[in-house]
Amino acid sequence: MKNKEKRKILAYLIMIVLSIFFIFPLFYMISVSLNPDETAILRNMASVRAFFPGEISLQNFFDVFDRMPFARFLFNSTFIVSTTIIIGLVVNSMMAFGLARLRWKGRALIVSGVVALMIIPFEAIAVPLLLITNRLGWLDSYHVQIIPFIANPLYIFLLFQFFKNFPSELEEAAIIDGANWFGIYWRIALPLSKPILSSVAILHFLMQWGSFLWPLMVTRGPEYRPLTVAMEVFFGQYPRNWGDIMAFAAMITIPVLLLFLYLQDTYVNTVARSGIK
Amino acid sequence: MQRNDKKSIATFMLPASILLLVFMILPFLMAFGFSFTNQRLIESPRGTQFIGLTNYFRAFGDDLFQTGLKNNTIFVLVVVPLQTALALALAILVNIKVKGNKIFRAIYFIPTVTTMVVVSVIWSFLYHPEGLINGFLTIITFGAWDGIDFLNNTTTAFPSIMLMSMWQGVGFQMLIFLAALQEIPDSFYEAADIDGANTWQQFLYITLPQLKNTTTFVIISTTILAFRLFTQVYVMTSGGPQNSTYTAMLHIYNMAFRRLNIGYSSALTVIFFLIILVISIVQRIVLNDTEEEV
Repeated sequence: MKNKEKRKILAYLIMIVLSIFFIFPLFYMISVSLNPDETAILRNMASVRAFFPGEISLQNFFDVFDRMPFARFLFNSTFIVSTTIIIGLVVNSMMAFGLARLRWKGRALIVSGVVALMIIPFEAIAVPLLLITNRLGWLDSYHVQIIPFIANPLYIFLLFQFFKNFPSELEEAAIIDGANWFGIYWRIALPLSKPILSSVAILHFLMQWGSFLWPLMVTRGPEYRPLTVAMEVFFGQYPRNWGDIMAFAAMITIPVLLLFLYLQDTYVNTVARSGIK
Repeated sequence: MQRNDKKSIATFMLPASILLLVFMILPFLMAFGFSFTNQRLIESPRGTQFIGLTNYFRAFGDDLFQTGLKNNTIFVLVVVPLQTALALALAILVNIKVKGNKIFRAIYFIPTVTTMVVVSVIWSFLYHPEGLINGFLTIITFGAWDGIDFLNNTTTAFPSIMLMSMWQGVGFQMLIFLAALQEIPDSFYEAADIDGANTWQQFLYITLPQLKNTTTFVIISTTILAFRLFTQVYVMTSGGPQNSTYTAMLHIYNMAFRRLNIGYSSALTVIFFLIILVISIVQRIVLNDTEEEV
């Protein structure tokens, strides 16, 4: 029994030390962002005092709004990400439904095609996609950051696997009642698929919110620039004002962090799903 | 109303199919096509010509591209084993039934929902010559540590980015391992207990073999991510100092976007994709092998 107690204490100790390792950079970001005194930030940056700013204020956060169109960047990111996710959920689940619930020749072939497409990383198509969108005159716009990222083979496949497991009696009653396929999809299949739809939405969110390479290539001015690229541009301006930089970083991070802590169980299930292929 | 109603099938299939065709399959095929031409992003007055394998020959003699691929490989060799082992250790740790393990689990995955650009910026400050990490090393060495400019030093820049990438990514793999651990039936361990196997033996003969597929998946997906390395090096070092953090993706980006040479960067993309393809095929083979054993 005593041995077991000892083990528990040891486990706690290791878990706490590791927690410090995983959490200190974010605490550091927050405490620097709350410190209005840039010289104090630089003086204390190497010591524990960096975590306890003497004076706490939101000055850096106001500065970020003064120095750049932060609200614009925030809107851009939010608009791009939410539009992609919402249209993506409909489009991807429709194709998954067509593959899983309807019977037609060549279905199996398309499914294996979708699986094969999962191998292609975005980086392998970025260059020609830049040329295509450039020729279409799409550069510097919202839709260049939305339309190419709506359909996604991984999400189609995850939804397909889910829909496939519905019993066939599910639709038969509705068919007898004279419902059409779109009605079955919209009123029966989708409401039953909330867990998988939220998983797909989370994966899509992480991909789009953190997207960097593509917006770097297709946005030139601040008008359509998302937060990630704006953060990088701001970070590249000298002299660096670390208080403002960390305030910017905190404003990108904290809302997302709170959202994911709130949705913790869904997030954990999502990652688990992405591992089962 | 039947299951093979053509109009319904078309309605469900077309939107996503068209998008995949235009924005994924078409550019993918174009990458192959362009790789044999001197295509420019902005059409040159002389037009575009077919130049055969010239781009590929050039890639094989391109020192910068080789440096990039070499760095990607080093990244794989260092980060993949370390990160996989750490992820497994974390998963086992938060799988222990103690109070508060859910809180620890959350703390470990927090970095995975933090955007890479933000992570790069925060760590750039931590790696500052007078920053927190140097300060910490000075304290634990009782002042013997001199302090170095981590990101501006050819020996430390890349390892610094590796450490940061592991910090960011390991929580994701931890969750994958955790899900797999919870799939192992308790009865396996109970039987081992009766047979008198100790914890280490149980880990070696039950946990590890049961996690074989998951481990393969984690190793392969981390390897692929390592080849896609871009954001961190772009933000923190732009590939420097002296190309010590240069990667293949950074080179493809520079050739396409700075030199506007779509033809050449397409050839590099094709080589990049073939590497990913080989890794993915290896994964399928290894996973199929284990399925046959079962």
